[in-house]
Formats: sequence, structure tokens, C-alpha cells
Amino acid sequence: MAISLRAPGRSNQAPQKKRAPRRQGIAGWIFVSPTLIILGLFLLIPVLMALWVSFSDWSGNGSPFSAGVHFIGTKNYQQLLSGGGLAETNLGTSLRNNAWYVLLVVPIQTAVSLFLAVLVNRAVLRGRGFFRTAFYFPSVTSSVAITVLWLFLFSTTGAVNKALSYFGLHGPNWFNDPNGLVHIVFGWFGVHTGPAALTQHTALGVSWWDWLAGPSVAMTAFIIMAVFTTSGTFMLLFIAALQNLGGDVQEAAMMDGANGWQRFWRITLPQLRPTLFTVLTLGLIGTWQIFDQIYTGTKGAPENTTLTPSYLSYTSAFGNQEWGQGAAIAFILFIIIVVLTILQRAVLRERRVSKRRMRQYDPSLQSTSSKELSR
Amino acid sequence: MQRRKSSRLLAIGALAAATALGLTACGSGFSSSSGSTSAASTKDLTHKDTALSVLIGSSGPAETKAVTDAVSSWSKSSGTKASVTAASSLDQQLAQGFASGKPADVFYVASSAVAGYAKAGDLLAYGKMLPKKSDFYPTLVKSFTVNGTFYCAPKDVSTLGLVINTDMWKQAGLTDADVPTTWAQLKTVAAKLTTSGHVGLAMSPQYERLGAFMAEAGGTITNAKGTKATIDSAANAKGLSYVQDMLKAGSAKFSTDQGTGWGGESFGKGLAAMTVEGNWLTGALQTDYPNIKYKVAEMPAGPAGKGTLQFTNCWGIAKDSPNQAAALKLVEKLTSASQQLSFSKQFGVLPSIQSAASTWKSQNAALVPFLDSVAFADGVPNQDGSADVVTAFDTQLPSLKTGDPKALLATFQKNFAAVLAK
Repeated sequence: MAISLRAPGRSNQAPQKKRAPRRQGIAGWIFVSPTLIILGLFLLIPVLMALWVSFSDWSGNGSPFSAGVHFIGTKNYQQLLSGGGLAETNLGTSLRNNAWYVLLVVPIQTAVSLFLAVLVNRAVLRGRGFFRTAFYFPSVTSSVAITVLWLFLFSTTGAVNKALSYFGLHGPNWFNDPNGLVHIVFGWFGVHTGPAALTQHTALGVSWWDWLAGPSVAMTAFIIMAVFTTSGTFMLLFIAALQNLGGDVQEAAMMDGANGWQRFWRITLPQLRPTLFTVLTLGLIGTWQIFDQIYTGTKGAPENTTLTPSYLSYTSAFGNQEWGQGAAIAFILFIIIVVLTILQRAVLRERRVSKRRMRQYDPSLQSTSSKELSR
Repeated sequence: MQRRKSSRLLAIGALAAATALGLTACGSGFSSSSGSTSAASTKDLTHKDTALSVLIGSSGPAETKAVTDAVSSWSKSSGTKASVTAASSLDQQLAQGFASGKPADVFYVASSAVAGYAKAGDLLAYGKMLPKKSDFYPTLVKSFTVNGTFYCAPKDVSTLGLVINTDMWKQAGLTDADVPTTWAQLKTVAAKLTTSGHVGLAMSPQYERLGAFMAEAGGTITNAKGTKATIDSAANAKGLSYVQDMLKAGSAKFSTDQGTGWGGESFGKGLAAMTVEGNWLTGALQTDYPNIKYKVAEMPAGPAGKGTLQFTNCWGIAKDSPNQAAALKLVEKLTSASQQLSFSKQFGVLPSIQSAASTWKSQNAALVPFLDSVAFADGVPNQDGSADVVTAFDTQLPSLKTGDPKALLATFQKNFAAVLAK
């Protein structure tokens, strides 16, 4: 994989290549123009219009470019990020909720999908087709249908609480419980209010103690749902990647005496790095944009603990006629996603294997001291 | 290489700019009509002979059918074509219409949304052109008055009342004479009605329910002029504390704690002997829980006397409508006494005009307390941005049992003051 990424000689070849005749270039442009025009008309221009709206006082009447609409600088952004009012608190709350959601969903769904992929990829498994279909099934079902199903399953007297009661557990009032998981755990140890250092200071209108509340019980139900529905999709990506891996490296590792566990962590997983990057990136973007589950499910309740930036953007614009703020929230979300994706790219980039790790495998690098010790 | 790239970027940029300009041009094209000043009399209304479109946020098939029938019968008699659309998301569909410059001509507007639309210049302020404007209940007119301008005609009205399950009432050994008229009596009967199977009183944890208790304690949201927020008053705190006491005593519960969607569901499922709900409850009970026997009483009086909340929608007319004159005629028809009484029969709303009251009362004897309550009801806040503040307060209410009423009201006060200062 590393070899193909580096693509040796590609840069050397480029200057030798003859430049394509001009007419061919024009033909190329003509062929891509339908896509460009459609993308521009329905994607690029609306995005630019939204950007303008986020800096304007447009009230939703007529075109945002009409004479009565004024440029008001960063006022919308200021109200959201440092206004001290409800807009700031709502944005802070929604970012808090969504951050916890991403923090839990992305790693869990990646791990679960990889685990499922490895399971159903095994040649010895009987009825592989059945299991693959079964695991993939939630992904092809409409998210609205699943949300409604979830509301039934996780209602106070629903199937989940019934199942829990067989184990003597008293299930929570899932979609109506605003308590954060971290706060609940603190509560077990008798800590019900945070230290003044955390409760007195706020960021984006939400106290640090509340930032650390963890996802509410209601949000946890959504987290379970996200893992349930999207793991199947990503499982498919992992299966495709696993089937592309050559058996020779595995066999070589077996010959070297690596056991199954070592082969997975040292041979299979590193080779899956490009797929892992795809899955994590898609997961990150998808989870930050969660909207339809909230819209059909809870609409932000209980106590705004399932409010997300996308849903807040929608309600600010369509519900409160605050179009500028709604657009500004969308761009703040956009910046968060871009920054996190770049960060993740940097973390997952191909690195040279460190000397310390190399030492375990390369005899020439083994330090003299360890040799002496082994003698 | 670098140079070619930059010139290409320039070309793309120029293309994008040109397209944006093109859009600007057509944008300003179809919003030109919105520049006209608000009409002062019926003569200034637009009167192009175009068909009217009516957009409603319907509560169900019954309401859609009733409005469709009413509009089509008006259409036949007036000769103006008109069609009714039941919106799946009213806010969204209205917004699309306003932004495109081709909104529905006549539509429902909630009292909490009227100020926002008015500020944006979406609504025709036709209130004073209505020949029978003095027939509407004054509290309803106030709900649709923004900065002294009466914008639109109240479509109907709903109030909160105390709804009682009569079977449970009898089981607890209570009689008609025990129907509570004061807070103390309500507390007593709620405790008597609480058994292991159900609580005495259940309601949704919302300002739109608990606000009635705040009003009964003499609390208000703003001063009379509507210039200053008065939420953190002792009276409002007293109203919340009263409910909190009942929650703590176990004789009252929030619907969220019973795992139901709203007070009406708790009541219908037999989890509560009483609930605080509006007249829409009767329709829900009829369709979902037909076996429940109930009766309706006025909300019991608090320390400051009687009080309850009132909810209403109005018939908005779009300022961009090319046929405002016909739209106004349609609204006059839809708010007439005979039409409102017919709507009431079909989907259970209360008429918004005083002249229809006596006929309505004779037709709906069991529901009279709802209409009688209009006399002392307060409207929910209608300032621009207030809906958001009320929602924020609602998110705090489910924890009222363990929370501090004064702290809840302080946040409410802070946010509402910010709305008024805007």
C-alpha cells in the first residue's frame, strides 16, 4: 500500500509527456460541463448565497440580494459566539451535545463495523451471506422509520425497559431523561454539583460542568441507534478492503510465528489504513450533521440535550426568522468539520516506523546491550 | 503551469460572479412588489384577478375538509378561484413562499410568529379594515397586535381548563360540589384522587400549561405596555412553587415522568384523574380514548383570582399577494359567526368572535367553561423571538420538582429582557 501511495517515477514522467492538443482540452471541458453547471447551480451558488445571508440582516422576505437587505458584518457570528444571550447558550448546548455524540459514535461504530467485517469475512463461517445481509439491513432502512421504531423500543414501557426488567434492572425514561451520563456516574459517588471552578465559568454560555455532563440518556439512545444503523454500511467498506488484501503477507507472518491476534493488529489493520481513514472521515462528517433523527424524534427535547447544530440552524431560520443566524450556525459547523477532518488526516498520515518498534524486527538495529543481556 | 492555473481560477470566479449577478437580477425582479407601503384602506389593496391559494397547518383530516369545503363554497359564490393546501410543515412552506416572492395568499399564523413575519414585511396589516373588528375578543386582538398595529383576524381560540375523569372522581367519593374553585381545594382533591394506579393531576411540563398557575398568582410576562420583562416577580414564583408542592407531594406528575407525550395522553390512558389541557383535548379523547368519561371545569382561582392561558392562530394575508382584496373578503367569510360555528362543529374550536358565543354555548353545553375562560385569559407572549425564550424555559420545567423556581424564572427573565431590548 505504501508503495502505491508513493507512486515512484510519476513526477519524473510528467514533463516527458506531450501536452494534449488544445481541442482535446475543449472537448474535455464540454464533457464535464453538465456536472459543473449542475454542481455550480445547485451547490456552489446556494452555498455562496448562504454565506452572504450569514453576513446580512435578511429576514426571509424576497431575494437575499434585494435592496432592503444590508451587510451587517459579523454581527450574526458575534451573537452566536459571544452575544451572552439565548443564541449563544443554544449554540453552546448544541455543540456540547453533538461533540459527545461524535466522540462516542465514531470510535464505537468504527470498531463494531471492523469487528463485524472480520467476522463475516472468515471463510469458515457458515451462512455468510445471511449475516452480511442481516448486518447491512439497518443501513438500507430509512432513518425516519428507524427513529420511529427507536421511539417505541426506548419508551418508558417499551421493549428495551421490559428486557432490562428481566435482569432486575429498572430502565430509565430514555427519551425524557436529560441527565448526562458523566453526571450520573458522578452521582453514584455522591457528587451532585460540580466544583465552583467548573460551575462558575462558562464557555459559549454553557458552564464547564455542563460541558462535561456527557451525553444525556436521551442522546445515548440516539448514539446506540447511530451505531446500529451505520455499522452495516462501514462493515461493507471494510469487507471490500479485507478481500483486497493479499494472502501472502498473512502467510509470511504465519511462517514467522505470529498468532492470530498479532496478525490482526500488526498485519491486517495497518493495511486497512486507507479504509480506516475513509470510515473515520465519513463517520465524523455524518455524525456532526445529524438532523433527521432529531427532527423526527425529539426535536431537541428533553432540556435541549438532543439539540444539534444542524437542527438549531433549521429552527433559527424557519422557526424564528433569524435567517442570518441560521446560516451562520451552518458555517460554524462547516468550519468545525473541516478543521477536525484536517486534524484527523494529520493524525492518520503514513509515518515511518519508529526506531523503537523497528528494533523488535530488524536484527541489525538491535542494541548491543540487549544482545549482551540475551547472552 | 502556475500561471495557467490562476487564470483558470479567475475564469471560474468570473463565471460564478456572473451567475450570482444573474440570480441577483431575477431575485430583485420578483420581489419588487414587496416595496409597496402597507395599505391604509381597502381601496389600496391589490386586486388582480388571480386565484387564491390558502395554506393551513391542519390538525387532521377533519380540519382540512372543513376549511376546504368552506373555501370552495366561498369560491363558488364569489367567482374567485381558490384552493386549500394542508402544509406538512407550515413554517417551512411559508418561508419558501416569502423568500420566492410568491407566498400563499391566505395562511395560518401562530400568535408567537406574527411579530417575526410582521417585522420581515411578510404580512398585510389588514386588521383595521375588518368591518367587524370590534367583535373579536380583545385579548385575541392583543395577541395579533404588533407595535400598535392589528395585523390579522383571529381564526379561533383555545383556552386551558381543568379536565376531570368522572369515574375516578366518583371512586374517590367526590361529588359535583367538590369541583375545585381555589388552589387549596385543587390540592385537596388532587391528593384524594391519587392512588397507586394514577395520580391526581398530570400535565405537560410547559409554560403553556404552568403559565396558567403563574397568571392565577398574579404573575405577568411583561408590564402593561410590553416594554419591560416582569417574569422574576414573587407572584410568578408563587405559581411555580404551588405546582412544585404538588409534584413533591406526589399528587401531581408531569407527563414526561409518566412516559406519555402530553397531559392528554396521561389522562386518556387513565394515569391521571385530572389534567390541565385545552379544548383540543375533547377531539383527541373522542378519537383515541372514547371510553373515558370526563367533565370540564374552569381553572381554579389562585391568590390573585381567576386566570388561564389562551392560544390562537390568525388568518394571515401575504403582503406580496396579487389579490389582497379577494383575500380579505375570504377572511371575512371565514371569521363570520356562521362559518366559525360550523368549524366548531367539525373540529372542535372555540369561535373568536363574541357574537357567536351564546349560540356556541347552547350547542356545546359541556364545554362552556372553556369559552367562559376567554374573559380572564392571558395570551402567550407574542414578541419577536419570544417563542425561542419560552422554549428555553420549557426545557427547564421538567426538573421543577427538584429545581428552584426563582432560578428558573431568573433565566427566563434574562432571556426575555434580551428579546425586548432587540
